Amino acid sequence: MLRAFLTFGVKPFIMETYYNPADLKKFGNIGEWEENLAKKFFDWYGDVFKEGDLTAREKSLIALAVAHTIQCPYCIDAYTQDTLEKGVTEKAMMEAIHVAAAIRGGSSLVHGVQMMNKAKKISM
Amino acid sequence: MIKSLHARHHQLANQQRQLEILENGIFKSGQFPTFRKKLESTGYHSLKPSRIEIFQVNVGYMCNQVCKHCHVDAGPDRLEIMTRETMQQCVDVLAATKIKTLDITGGAPEMNPDFMWFVEQAHASGVGEIIVRSNLTILTANPKYHSLPEFFKANNVRVCSSLPFYNAGKTDRQRGEGVFERSIQGLRMLNEVGYGIPETGLILDLVYNPSGAFLPGNQEQLQRDFKIELKNHFDVDFNSLFTITNIPISRFLDFLIESGNYEDYMEKLITAFNPSAVEGVMCRNTISIDWQGNLYDCDFNQMLGLKTSKSAGQHISTFDLSQLESREIIIGQHCFACTAGAGSSCQGSTA
Repeated sequence: MLRAFLTFGVKPFIMETYYNPADLKKFGNIGEWEENLAKKFFDWYGDVFKEGDLTAREKSLIALAVAHTIQCPYCIDAYTQDTLEKGVTEKAMMEAIHVAAAIRGGSSLVHGVQMMNKAKKISM
Repeated sequence: MIKSLHARHHQLANQQRQLEILENGIFKSGQFPTFRKKLESTGYHSLKPSRIEIFQVNVGYMCNQVCKHCHVDAGPDRLEIMTRETMQQCVDVLAATKIKTLDITGGAPEMNPDFMWFVEQAHASGVGEIIVRSNLTILTANPKYHSLPEFFKANNVRVCSSLPFYNAGKTDRQRGEGVFERSIQGLRMLNEVGYGIPETGLILDLVYNPSGAFLPGNQEQLQRDFKIELKNHFDVDFNSLFTITNIPISRFLDFLIESGNYEDYMEKLITAFNPSAVEGVMCRNTISIDWQGNLYDCDFNQMLGLKTSKSAGQHISTFDLSQLESREIIIGQHCFACTAGAGSSCQGSTA
């Protein structure tokens, strides 16, 4: 395909992807089709991340960990940038992801008890 | 140690080339509004000074460090140095105009052989406030600099020092191997004579700038973190932390282009444009002087070779306060960095 492009100027087929980094900047556009609910969401979102008993920095780190749990590429981009801006160390960022991973891994493993219960119940 | 762009004959050592990059591309194509357009949309048809309160003198581009983000492109290989004659002209202007603050920068200003003479003259002539922008490592670089903390104290100097982070990793990646450790030594030397210690009246401020293509976080929150971390881990005290946004010129522009971050960074600055930061931009109360005595609206314009408007006078030898205070400030796309988010200046956030 590349050779065809170079030789004949044929435009190569461009692979579409489900995720486009540029779409993150268009997040606000969701209001175009439902303004009222979008406004409520963005207002609430803004309030969630304000300093409270948790600092803005702690909230950003939680968001980074959750972003990895739900594996949202937009959120990972956004909160990597946000934690860096808030002066979080790279080590702390990685520690937060390990917390997320430990809960995810632990969540699978703790279901091992359910498996054991079931296995014991139906086994002789 | 890396060499300056200047020593490498890099294209970005050329001021005109930097301006071409900043004026063309995404701005020429109309993808993003120019700074002038953005200003106009907020009701400013030109940017005018309020009152000149800060007289910022760049005494030369020589430095013992070669920081990756340096907007001056400073380094040991830069030989541009202000002479004593030009310094005398600066002192004369300060005495005649009663501008409150003398802000001495570089390079490492201490490396100018007439640096101490300049500070003493300014102090003796009764300048209201003298700020020295010290990179900290210079204090430990050579025995001849070890007495600088005492010298600063004797001349009632306010010390303003760069420290991009409270650990070695990020600091050294931006400022060079071993810089963090030597900066901590420098901070301790300043603390020992009373700088940064409450009630001594000796002010030691730190300047934070992001170690990459992102904006600085909230100044107050970063100050809180820096205070806790520097006290707990290094027993270091300081007064205030100022956040500064990296300006997309010189070595930081090189980093942005080389790392593929230029367009995203500019977009970030433009998206974060804060109309209320315009009021407090430092070019409205500052005048910048280069090693040859030329006048600029700020240190960044100095590095781009954008002198003050011709009608206001462009050299210290013809310094006219009232003309300068009614001048039109020269602007460009790099100005978006000073109006992004909470605003940015040599005195920290502005909005």
